[in-house]
This record gives sequence, C-alpha cells and structure tokens, in this order.
Amino acid sequence: MTFAVQFLIDVLSLGGAYALMALGLVIVYGILRLVNFAYGELIMVAGYTMFLMNGSGAPWLIMALVAVAMAVAAGIATDYVAFRPVRAKSVTAVLITSFAFSTLLQNAALLFISPRPRPVPLPEIFSQTVTILGAVTPLRNLITIAAAVILLALFAWMMRSTVLGIAMRAAATNFTMARMLGVPANLIISSAFAISGFLGGVVGILWIGRIGTVVPGIGLEPLLVAFIATVIGGMRSMQGAVIGGFLLALIDTTLNYTLPQDLLKFRDAFTFSLVILILLWRPDGLIKGPASGQRT
Amino acid sequence: MLEVSDLGVRYGAIRAVHDVSLQAGKGELIAILGANGAGKSSTLKCIAGALKASAGTIRLDGQDVTSAKPEQMVRLGVAMVPETRDVFPDLTVSENLTLGSYIHRRNRADVESTRERMLGLFPRLRERARQAAGTLSGGEQQMLVIARALMSRPKLLLLDEPSLGLAPVVVDTIFEMIAELKRSGLTIVLVEQNAAKALSVADRAYVMRLGRIAAKGPAAEIAANTDLGALYLGG
Repeated sequence: MTFAVQFLIDVLSLGGAYALMALGLVIVYGILRLVNFAYGELIMVAGYTMFLMNGSGAPWLIMALVAVAMAVAAGIATDYVAFRPVRAKSVTAVLITSFAFSTLLQNAALLFISPRPRPVPLPEIFSQTVTILGAVTPLRNLITIAAAVILLALFAWMMRSTVLGIAMRAAATNFTMARMLGVPANLIISSAFAISGFLGGVVGILWIGRIGTVVPGIGLEPLLVAFIATVIGGMRSMQGAVIGGFLLALIDTTLNYTLPQDLLKFRDAFTFSLVILILLWRPDGLIKGPASGQRT
Repeated sequence: MLEVSDLGVRYGAIRAVHDVSLQAGKGELIAILGANGAGKSSTLKCIAGALKASAGTIRLDGQDVTSAKPEQMVRLGVAMVPETRDVFPDLTVSENLTLGSYIHRRNRADVESTRERMLGLFPRLRERARQAAGTLSGGEQQMLVIARALMSRPKLLLLDEPSLGLAPVVVDTIFEMIAELKRSGLTIVLVEQNAAKALSVADRAYVMRLGRIAAKGPAAEIAANTDLGALYLGG
C-alpha cells in the first residue's frame, strides 16, 4: 500500500510537470505547425528571474509571479523576434530563427550571469516532507500535482468556454477559415505564445524547485521531455500532449523503480526504446489531431 | 457596393484570373458561372482577402480594399462561405456559430439574438447545437457555414459553390435559403457550376472561361443564350 501510494504520487507529480511542459509546446505547434525550439529558454528565463530577485526581500510568491510574467514576456518576444518576421516566408527559416533565439538567450545567460549553477530562492514549503498512508514524500510533489490539476482545469475551461479559446481551437484546425471569420491571425499567435510562456514559467519554477539551482542549459531537458510527450500523444492534439506527458512520466518512474542500480544510468535509452515501440504501433501518436492541417 | 476592376490572380507563374471586372449593387445577387478551373473561386477568394491580387483593384462602397487581410474584410462587412464547407469539425455547431460572430464578441446580447435568428432560420442546427460539426451531414454542414457567415451580420455575402456534392432535394433547400437572403436585402456574389439553379435566383450573371469574363448580362438573358451553355457547362 505504502509502495503504491509512493509510486502514484511520483507518477502524478512528474506527469503533471511533463503534461504542462508538453501543453506549452503543443499550443504553439497546433496553430503554427512549427516547433518552438526556444521553448526551453522560457523555463531558463523564469529561473534566472528568480535568481536575480533573490535577496530583493520580496515575498517568494511575488518573485514567482514576476518570474512567470517574465516567461510570458519572453514567449511573446519569441513570436516577435523569431517567428513573425519570417513566418510567411519559409518553414526552414523559422526553425533556424527559433534555434538562434534559443542560443541567444542561453549565451546571454552565460555571458552576463555565469556558466555555473546559480541558486534560486525556494520557500520553506518546498523542502518539507509529508507522510501520506505511510509514504514519505516531499510536499513539493503534492504542490506540483495541485498546480497541474488547477492549470489543466483552467486551460480546459479557457479553450472551451471563452471566445479566444474557441478561436484558438478553430485556428489549430483551419487557420485560413478562422481568419475569414474575422479572427485576427496575429492576436491568436501571440496569445498562443503568451500561454506557452505562462505554462513554461509555472513549470519552470516547479522544475527548478526540484534542484534548487539554475544553469543556462536548464531548458534542454524540459524541451526534450515536452517534445517526446507531444510526439507520443500526437503533435496536433492538446489532450494528446497531456496524456503523452503522463505516459512518459509513468514509463520514467516505472524504470526508476524497477531497473537495477547499474542500469539506471541508461534509463533514457530504455525510455526512448519504448517510445519508438509506441510510435511503431501508432505513428501519428496516441490521439489524432483535427483532420485538416493547412498552415497560413 | 462591390466593384472589381481588372483583377488578376497568380499562383506562382500561373495566372488563374485575368482582367476580371465585375460589380454588384446593393441588394443585388450576381452569379459567377463557369466550368471547373475557370477562375471563379480564385476571384471570390481574392474578394474575401484570402488570396492576394496580382493586378487590379477591389473596391467596397468606394473604399479600396485590394490588399486588405481576410480578418479586415469581415469587419468591413464581407462574409465568405468557402466551397470546401470548412466547418471546424471538432467544435460544436454552437461554437462554430460563436466564431462567426467573432467581430461582435463584445456585444453578447447582440450575438445571442443573431444566434437565435440563425437557429430559427435553420431549425436543423438547433437540434444539433451541442453536436460536433464534423458529425453533421453534408447539407447540414452547408447550412452551418452559411449560418456561421451570417453571424457576422455582413452586408456582402460571398458564396462559393453552395450546391457542390449535395443531393438535389438539399440543393433546392439551400437555393430557397439564398433567395430568402436576397429578399432580406443582402448583397450576394454566388459562384456556381450549377448554372440553371444559380440563374434562377440571380439578377445578373458573369460567365468565366479560362480565367476571363467570357460573357455577362441579366440572368434571364444568359439563361436564354444557348451558345453560352457550352461555356458554363464546360464544353
């Protein structure tokens, strides 16, 4: 029983973080059919914002809010700097500009801050543990689960019940038709980047909370995780991204629990082998997206 | 109301439309007829702002809108019903209608009263309001895209091949609707391959062939001219 609870909490907290990461990537992909390779740097921006505000004396929650706001700003900046100028011209160009923007942000952090890990302020609550049904778990894990539940619910509500959300779902199916109904393309795209930044920022704080430090390359793993989760779940489907995130966490956690010590450092190899098997079985991912897929 | 002069459209090196000029007065229903590939749809998409004109001008109430974006055209009162019957399949019928009124979204009461009118006009849609649009039949989807376009309360409606792929009974219903919309004072540009149907509701017609206007005139005159039959029937 204790073991089951422990396992469940581990899967749900890791899965919650993965799902939010994947959702942040897929919201932009769904509309533009372009992967934002600078996505990981949104997490980096949130982390360094926390570091820079360390010692400012502000309450942690305020620092976290500012960090999320900075990630949102960085997301919108990605659109203006890397996507908008070349969007209509060529797919390859956007891939390169989004890589370039990612490199630019990372190098800015290297140059102006430090290549070495920098501490981020963490509230007391992040390092406390609780005992649930005999299982000892960091309170941080429960906070991650709660944050994931709240954000996923909020996201689902927004996509279903607000005109902007409905317009974003429509734009993900057929952007041209949405525009012919008066939905402005730039507003939808900027909103997608803002939401991506918001999810990236929140997940960044939770993610960095596990380690307590930020480095310029912090965004690489979340980007990879988000990318794989969306590939498993189906690149075009938001539910798919969430399911993919939880599934990836289930695989990772199961391997963590079952692999012998010597093999644990090869965990990713096992994970990716399983991912390949899933893709051989369902090449389009678990959930197929909307039928049509023109880009603007 | 609508004045298109010497319009040209290119797809890369291929010129799909040459020197097309046409007018539609307020409350008029004009039909653009012609065989597949005659450039009818390209002309219409260009008016809607979804395709860029390579030459010529488009004026709406005297204002030059040649290079306006599709979302701007909607705000200027132009609504497009594309031939591909682009419902958003994963959205419900009701959500599809909501998007049609995107430009009026701040005026909730207005949107609701327009929605009520549309559901009154198309009772089938009311029955299926909560259903995903992708599950509707072809005829119902056609009704939905027309209703969705009307949700923006346009003054100019662009209809692209509304009869395409529909059963004859359904085509009759759709054309009764179109005649009804015309009676309500809406200006309509109707692109059709089904010439007989289109001419039965149109005031005037233009016949396109190989990207050019091959003939134009009052609908009755075009219908009576047997030589033209060969043109718009694709002969």
